[in-house]
Amino acid sequence: MLELKGIQKAYNPGTVNEMRLFQDFSLTIGKGGFVSVIGSNGSGKTSLLNMICGSIDVDQGQILVNGVDITKKRDYIRHRNVGRVFQDPSRGTCPSMTILENMSIADNKGKGYGLGRGTDKKKLTKYRELLRGLNLGLEDQIHTRVGALSGGQRQTLALLMAAMSPIEFLILDEHTAALDPQTADLVMELTGRIVKEKNLTAIMVTHNLRYALEYGDRLLMMHRGRVVLDESGAGKAALKLEDVLARFNEIRQDY
Amino acid sequence: MCLSFFIDMERGSIVTLILSVFEQGMVYAIMALGIYITYKILDFPDLTVDGSFPMGAAITAVLISRDINPLLTILISCLAGALAGALTGLIHVKLKVRDLLSGIIMMTALYTVNLRVAGKANLPIYNKETIFDNGLVAALVPEQWYPYRTAVLILLFTLAAKYLLDWYLGTKSGYLLRAAGDNDTIVTSMGVDQGLVKIAGLSIANALVALSGSMFAQQQRFFDVSMGTGTMVIGLASVIIGTSLFQKATFLRVTSGVVLGSVLYKACVAIAIRYMKSVDLKLVTALLFLIILVLGRERKRRNKNA
Repeated sequence: MLELKGIQKAYNPGTVNEMRLFQDFSLTIGKGGFVSVIGSNGSGKTSLLNMICGSIDVDQGQILVNGVDITKKRDYIRHRNVGRVFQDPSRGTCPSMTILENMSIADNKGKGYGLGRGTDKKKLTKYRELLRGLNLGLEDQIHTRVGALSGGQRQTLALLMAAMSPIEFLILDEHTAALDPQTADLVMELTGRIVKEKNLTAIMVTHNLRYALEYGDRLLMMHRGRVVLDESGAGKAALKLEDVLARFNEIRQDY
Repeated sequence: MCLSFFIDMERGSIVTLILSVFEQGMVYAIMALGIYITYKILDFPDLTVDGSFPMGAAITAVLISRDINPLLTILISCLAGALAGALTGLIHVKLKVRDLLSGIIMMTALYTVNLRVAGKANLPIYNKETIFDNGLVAALVPEQWYPYRTAVLILLFTLAAKYLLDWYLGTKSGYLLRAAGDNDTIVTSMGVDQGLVKIAGLSIANALVALSGSMFAQQQRFFDVSMGTGTMVIGLASVIIGTSLFQKATFLRVTSGVVLGSVLYKACVAIAIRYMKSVDLKLVTALLFLIILVLGRERKRRNKNA
């Protein structure tokens, strides 16, 4: 379970450009939940993910994971329990290393990076099997440098790597935004499968309303650091694209 | 030009010249391996090397002049180099100083440290036991092979350093080091402090550079406070020759390319120097470096088009 309590966050504090994004923001996400977050630019979606992951600090408030306060924990410590996929496919993989080396790094997460061999040859079959599941033919390119792959292939690999080790949270930051529609569908499908199979708690920021409606069991719409729409269960299932669009337009006039 | 240059010389002096180029190239190769770690793997332009190379030499000269075991001397030099690298890393990571400036700060500080360690600007170590001149080597090496002992011993040390680095880069920890230079976000994603990985990389790199300085002092039998000037340029040139010239030779590891690059660079300088005055050395070095940089880039562009 993830709880954000009384979060305050301002950008450029103390200047004329001061922007108080979050004021007394609170949010609770239950274990195993799959939350889609939508909202216009500058609504605080990505800031929300960054605060959860520790990439940016909060000014005030608390972040709790399963009741434990992690507000003061450094980003890399928080990531031990988090898999994260970014919008930019190049942020989730190492371009000059091979697919095999990339997967080995991801597989070793949480087990310590000591002086043992970087790649366990015995796991080659297992890695190939995982790649075969992607249907991209990557299983035959396991010794290819990741930099030589297409953006879609890299993002799919990044998603696979993010969820390879035992984690509790999957954080998806517009992870299909840079992909062509077919690849985006494929990555989204894989996302749904991984979240279900591994029983992860997922938070997905997206600009694709269709994905937001189709996937996940809860939908949040954010605007200026506040949640303006929060539907889950039957309420979310009943939501239609038109309803969400209408709500979006309503917000726009608020500017 | 090369041909006439070799014809000009007598046979004996050719052997001497080749031997000297090989020895120096191999000594500097260890330093170039260090720069390979910072410049190519970590993407960190580390100027600490201009200070840690002479530091290895200073420590070695002082300890050897006090009759400390040469092998122990090498070990102590390496540890000191690792410490210098770690400090550069700490300045960069903890105090958030830019990478280039962190190295410059450390390099400047080490100049004084080296003077303090050596006690003076120039410290010769003639008639002392080094790894090349000691009772054991004298007893083991047959007389006709004696002139080659330095070259062979340097080769052994360089190969040991190369294979140790190859081995390390293949470990889990080594993978993480490569990842840190490639995409530091992924290191954080793996739950590891990327600052720590950078500090570790800088330590290993400068340990190698100090080792190289230690070997250099024992081979040349002196320490001079200004001997570190231009270390970065020599190392970078070797790395760039090694990575761009030998990148087609896929059977060669990059580290082997760097070692060969270092010898090749020394050979180029030796040939150039023959036709110049020694005061022109740094200018020749700079021009040679520029040529290597441009040719290396040319190569990259052609590959992109292909």
